[in-house]
Amino acid sequence: MISGGHDTGFNKLKTINRRMFIFSAAKAVIFFGIVGRLFSLQISENKKYLTLSDKNRLRETRLPPIRGEFKDYFGNTIAGNLKVYQLHVIPEQVEDFRSLLIRLRDILKFDNKTLSKIFAKKKTQKPWETIVISENLSWDEFSKINFYLHELPGAKPVITVGRSYPYGESYTHILGYVSQASVNDLVNNKVIKERNVPGLRVGKSGLEKKFENELIGTNSIQRYEVNAFGKRINQIDFKEGSRGQTINLTIDTEIQKLTSDLLRDKAGSISVMDIYTGDIIAMNSSPSFDPNLFLYGIDEKLWNSIKSDPLNPLLNKTVSGLYSPGSTIKPIVALSALENDVIRPDKQVKCEGKVEMYGEKYHCWKKKGHGFMSLKNSIKQSCDIYFYELARLLGVDRLSITAKKFGLGTKVLGEYFENEKEGIVPSTEWKKEILGQNWYLGETFITGIGQGYIQTNPLQLCLMTAQLANGGYKIYPKIRVGQNQKSYESIKRIMKENEMEAREEAKEKDNALIKATEEFLKVEKKEHQPLYRNPENIKFVLDAMFKSTNEIYGTSYSSRIDDPKYQFAGKTGTSQVKRITEEERELDLDISQIPYKNRDHAWFIAFGPYENPRYAMSVLVEHGGSGSKAAAPIAQKLMRAVVDRHEERTKRNIMV
Amino acid sequence: MYSNFSFTNQQTFFQKLRSIDYLLLICILLVGSISCFAMYSTDGGEVLYHTKNHAIRFALFFTLMLVISFINIKMWFSLSYLFYGVTLILLLWASLYGITASGSQRWINLYFINLQPSELMKIAIIVCFAKYYHRAQIHSINKFTNIFVPLVILIIPIFLVITQPDLGTSILIALSGIMVLWLAGINIKYFVIASITFIISAPFIISFLKPYQKLRILSFFNPDRDPLGAGYQIIQSKIAVGSGGLFGKGFLKGTQGYLEFLPEKHTDFIFTLYSEEFGFLGSLLLLILYAIIIYRIINIGMISRSYFSKLFCYGFASSIFIYIAVNMSMVLGLLPIVGSPLPIMSYGGSSMLATMIGFGIVMSSRIYNNQIIS
Repeated sequence: MISGGHDTGFNKLKTINRRMFIFSAAKAVIFFGIVGRLFSLQISENKKYLTLSDKNRLRETRLPPIRGEFKDYFGNTIAGNLKVYQLHVIPEQVEDFRSLLIRLRDILKFDNKTLSKIFAKKKTQKPWETIVISENLSWDEFSKINFYLHELPGAKPVITVGRSYPYGESYTHILGYVSQASVNDLVNNKVIKERNVPGLRVGKSGLEKKFENELIGTNSIQRYEVNAFGKRINQIDFKEGSRGQTINLTIDTEIQKLTSDLLRDKAGSISVMDIYTGDIIAMNSSPSFDPNLFLYGIDEKLWNSIKSDPLNPLLNKTVSGLYSPGSTIKPIVALSALENDVIRPDKQVKCEGKVEMYGEKYHCWKKKGHGFMSLKNSIKQSCDIYFYELARLLGVDRLSITAKKFGLGTKVLGEYFENEKEGIVPSTEWKKEILGQNWYLGETFITGIGQGYIQTNPLQLCLMTAQLANGGYKIYPKIRVGQNQKSYESIKRIMKENEMEAREEAKEKDNALIKATEEFLKVEKKEHQPLYRNPENIKFVLDAMFKSTNEIYGTSYSSRIDDPKYQFAGKTGTSQVKRITEEERELDLDISQIPYKNRDHAWFIAFGPYENPRYAMSVLVEHGGSGSKAAAPIAQKLMRAVVDRHEERTKRNIMV
Repeated sequence: MYSNFSFTNQQTFFQKLRSIDYLLLICILLVGSISCFAMYSTDGGEVLYHTKNHAIRFALFFTLMLVISFINIKMWFSLSYLFYGVTLILLLWASLYGITASGSQRWINLYFINLQPSELMKIAIIVCFAKYYHRAQIHSINKFTNIFVPLVILIIPIFLVITQPDLGTSILIALSGIMVLWLAGINIKYFVIASITFIISAPFIISFLKPYQKLRILSFFNPDRDPLGAGYQIIQSKIAVGSGGLFGKGFLKGTQGYLEFLPEKHTDFIFTLYSEEFGFLGSLLLLILYAIIIYRIINIGMISRSYFSKLFCYGFASSIFIYIAVNMSMVLGLLPIVGSPLPIMSYGGSSMLATMIGFGIVMSSRIYNNQIIS
């Protein structure tokens, strides 16, 4: 008998059992609801949650890519990657951070300021994040740390890769330098943005910047398992990135180093070019600075001193410096006159040191005058009076056509150096357009001796010389070793064929240059096309340049080399930076008596060896005085070295 | 009609031993050992603090359950009000002098154990109601006093627990109590009226909730609202379960648990960790074990002669089911996060103690199923 109720007990039982039954049914429904939910999470949506779980626990770390190297023509590394010794500390793994740092300070001898900087940094980051105590340890310091390592729990000596320029300042103006990526770099270059990680160094100027996307390489990727707090637990895998491309340049480091020595303590520029292949053998600008300084951030004081140096070490004078070419333009003026049949080469002009034309006095550099001059002699002795007359007869417009043909007024390596300047080759049209003024005849005279509006950079003059020296054919200057590099022999053959053609055409229609010019502009561009109308005119000019260096009274006679192996031809130039007043002319000051900034720029252009020329060069010494005294001797030393290296280069050519 | 069955209650020890529900016992042991493995996994594959404590408690309280089983159900019947009274005093004590942890004052320090009286109250309320309705006549059940008194009995502890504050436990106590009231036969219309009142007053209740409790409810409806804040637990828990798949990631290989993405992985979220490592099949096994346990308890209720035993077994079975359903729905993202342990599986002495006492009384009902309580 169920207790609690006597007559109603049965009812009570019925109620509880019925209600329990309802409950059980509800339970079964809920039970299957939960099973269904489990099924949907674990079976149907398993993939989604598995991905989410992996996303939770796996973290990718991208490491800085290894930058491609620069090599010179002979395969020497001129910008490479260096092992860098660094000291890292992970605060979490250190028992007593303060005493460790004090111990390190004693070993590495860094000051208290650095110490407090490190403490400040420690506060800003998570305890398991690495603190770089020293970015660049010397080998001595590194080995010292390793020696004391057992006393330094938590200190981690690390070897990483950094950029190194083994030839220091010699290549700065060509290669530029690398440094930490700035906001600008990230905005302007998508590739940098994509691959940016802390510690990435990118090109800031020169070819390092130009070839950034080829050099940069791809990131290595480390995958770590992390816990909910972002702490690394262990490494899952490591995908190694690819190294950046190696870029081969046409530069010869031996010559490049020599140009640095030759320009030491001077402001100026040197360029050397192969007159057939257009390879730039050397290209230097002085003063320079050491690009290795930028790797870990340059000291501010030092940077300011570089920036404010009056000799402007940051300017690549070879491509970005513009100067009046002075007398170095004379071979082109003479050639233009001959090509346009303005004069016969035996025309005589009397030089009395000065001449008055249209009420204005014009002076020759030689106050006493040269006496009666022929065209060849006027080039050899650089007689200004003769060239005033020549310019008067020729006119600036015809001169500018010839000058432009030979490479003035356009960028030589435009695609490589973003700050290359194209200079100015003036004409009446140019003046009207740019200055809105009419051309004065007087301006024609001074253009004839390379003063006035005309502005060139040293590389343009080098190219001009090269295109004269190879017999008057177009060449294609380059600094990077290209894919289908033509050999000297094949280029020479093309030029020969072009010459034959030109001679035949000249026989057929012995008419004015204008037609030739029109053809030059219209006709499909032949490779290494002739830039002349008559090859004999080129020969005439080259002979005049030879005499200028190798015959007595030549302006660069004192810098000649008699050994036919090295014998070269050249042309001096002295470009005024300031108008000389009558009184100054009377005083006839020695160079040391003139303030530096007012001294003339010294120019010299040369090619050699004379018998079978292969190389052309231009030398500029800013405020160096006269071309014959300041620039020609440099060219003399340089020519020896360039010719001496010729054999090596030829061997290398065959290998390439 | 029942006189045929009236015989002496004097059973021999072996008779008692024979009448134990062994299937129930085995299922409890199985869930207990599963929980020890899960605890071992939360400790990162080592026998550390949690594993050790959990195993010792399980062994201890399992023994306690057996002791309770062999004591006559009459004894428990007579101790019912006392049990409720003592638990209520402990609850008061906790509210006044308890230990505060994570913003809630719900523990009493008994030196060998930190007791959480609210967990004991989950059982006490069932025992208390079972005794109350044991005596009530069916026609007087819906009388005012028979509704009012139990409501007071129920509301006092709920109020105390809510002010600790501990929303989860108070809801579970309320649900246990209401289910027993339902089983006892209170007219269905009262439940309907109460539900309607509750729904209407829900906005007012919500306005009394603590900000973190509101956040939990909001983040339940949209976990992505604040994925690193209040929604974090739900999201991480679902990821852990979902990534387990059919067979699981393997014992000790649950990355969500091991890498500490799971919150409170040894208490409320123990099922998540287990489910990640053992997958759908493992989870199903655990659910089936629980289902058998509940089925066996209902079964014992059915064969019990006394109304007290019947009501207690039914009430306890329903409560256990509710605990499991609430916990699992919570970790599977079907209900908002409220603190509610999974019986036996979750780490926590008080919950284990309460559950084992419950099992003990059930088992005592089984052994003394023919005992008539007058």
